Amino acid sequence: MELLRLLFCNALRHKLRSVLTIIGVAVAVMAFALLRTVVAAWYAGVEASSANRLITRHAVSFVFPLPLAYRERIYQIPGVEKVTFAIWFSGVYIDKNQFFARLAVDSESFFTVYPEYVLDKDQLDAFQKQRNACVIGIDLARRYNLKVGDIMNLEGDVYPGQWEFVVRGIYQPRDQTADPTIMMFHYKYVDERLRQEAPGRAGNIGWYVVRIANADDAAVVSEAIDKLFENSPAETKTETERAFQQNFLSSASAVITAMNVMSFVIIGIILLVVGNTMIMSARERTHEFAVLKVLGFSGGQLFFLLAGESLILALTGSAIGLAATLPAVQGFRAALPKGWFPIFYMKPETMVVGCVAAVLVGLVAAIVPLRRVLSTRIVEGLRFVG
Amino acid sequence: MEAPLIQVHELFKSYHRDSLEIPVLHNINLEIPEGEFIAFMGPSGSGKTTLLNLIAGIDKPTAGRISIAGTDITDLNETELAVWRSRNVGFIFQFYNLIPVLTALENVELPLILTPLSKKERRAHAITALEVVGLAERMHHYPRQLSGGQEQRVAIARAIATDPTILVADEPTGDLDKNSAEEVLNLMGRLNRELGKTILMVTHDPRAAERAGTIRQLEKGELA
Repeated sequence: MELLRLLFCNALRHKLRSVLTIIGVAVAVMAFALLRTVVAAWYAGVEASSANRLITRHAVSFVFPLPLAYRERIYQIPGVEKVTFAIWFSGVYIDKNQFFARLAVDSESFFTVYPEYVLDKDQLDAFQKQRNACVIGIDLARRYNLKVGDIMNLEGDVYPGQWEFVVRGIYQPRDQTADPTIMMFHYKYVDERLRQEAPGRAGNIGWYVVRIANADDAAVVSEAIDKLFENSPAETKTETERAFQQNFLSSASAVITAMNVMSFVIIGIILLVVGNTMIMSARERTHEFAVLKVLGFSGGQLFFLLAGESLILALTGSAIGLAATLPAVQGFRAALPKGWFPIFYMKPETMVVGCVAAVLVGLVAAIVPLRRVLSTRIVEGLRFVG
Repeated sequence: MEAPLIQVHELFKSYHRDSLEIPVLHNINLEIPEGEFIAFMGPSGSGKTTLLNLIAGIDKPTAGRISIAGTDITDLNETELAVWRSRNVGFIFQFYNLIPVLTALENVELPLILTPLSKKERRAHAITALEVVGLAERMHHYPRQLSGGQEQRVAIARAIATDPTILVADEPTGDLDKNSAEEVLNLMGRLNRELGKTILMVTHDPRAAERAGTIRQLEKGELA
């Protein structure tokens, strides 16, 4: 007989209570992991940011365009390796509920600057050769059952009119942090049509993406770019891609903060659930703990028994909760309107945090009963009637 | 002449309830030689169990000294006392105090966990102890599957498993019927006679006390 066996026997002594505690912990851990996953989904763009990419946009607002002519001037700045650009096209595909990013991009440079969107060379060549070609993410292809050669019709809103695109490539995200739901097509296709239908809007782009040689030079290069266009009709604001993404999130910061706080409140709830069980359990066994002390068991061994029991409940609940979170994340994602969270998966860090939290909860939940057990004199414990 | 195994010198014990001091033991002096079977009798509240607890090292005296096999246990702190108890004292309680989720064998093995014995040796010691009390065939039974007398015999096996210096028994037959009490007292007698165990027993039962070689009466915290 090992102490470990006594520990397991104690943990399962009141099966119903133990099962209910484990279920309580599992549900709370699942809620915690789901909330963390939602928060992580908000930050997915930030996470995916590259350290050596800068975003140059109009100094007043993202919605104001920048002249295409800026591109060559940006290239002149030391440290700049590659410059590409994009336009937020918007538009409607099928109906207004079908949301995904539609970008008009520079087909020659976009995939070089964004290596996380992996496209076959043949498909890239085909895309570059055909003016009304488009490339879509694998998730879009699955969602709309699209394949190479299929037609995608967009109804323009920011850029009015009917727009017909031919799918010439389907990209794969390099990893889970890359968005698999973007539609990209030729900037030139849009610009040429604007030159005919709305010449005043032609020759502009939405934002530049600047790849720099050394990420440490981000501040210097950003400053140099903005200085270049100082006092021009379209002044620029250049920042790292991460800062750019974070600015996007600032509007939802209150919601994100609330979710962050809630996720840690849930940890507190788990602590209360396990702590309550452990206090009840230890109180009922005051007499037994006194007997163990009589037999010569030390404070450390009693801590092992109590903390071990508490850890069994917390870790079992946590493991079940995390296991249940995986399908719950899929279900949650499926239940959301398409395109809300293009990158939505439980990060390994969430699982680690869940496990670490369970261990801490297990240990902390044992402290109060342990203090009581240790402070109770043996003779009082032997006289205790629960 | 050989020194007594247990020496109690000018022992005082009082409890505090709020601001009230309640004296329990008053100037107890006692010597018990090795191999003695001694019974303490007296009315409720006379301090029998308190004296037993103090000698067993599970309570601390207000004043006085207790020496057992040359160790002054009043000098030991809580941790040292716990180690000392595990090596020197076997306990037999009125209500057996077995762990309900462990089998008879596991209950007997429990104090052996604190010894440096290997798992195999622990198991062998526990089985031997159960054989001594005549319950080897019930070793895999849980306490709830045993009668009161059998539970007390398992408790005795647990008490002797570590081969302690002294056995202390607090009303060991107090919760048993006549036949079971007889069995337990016979067993304790055998442990004293055949294995030379020093036994200190607190009892209200004169028939139980008769089994002891010495009977000491306690009255209002003093030895008569």
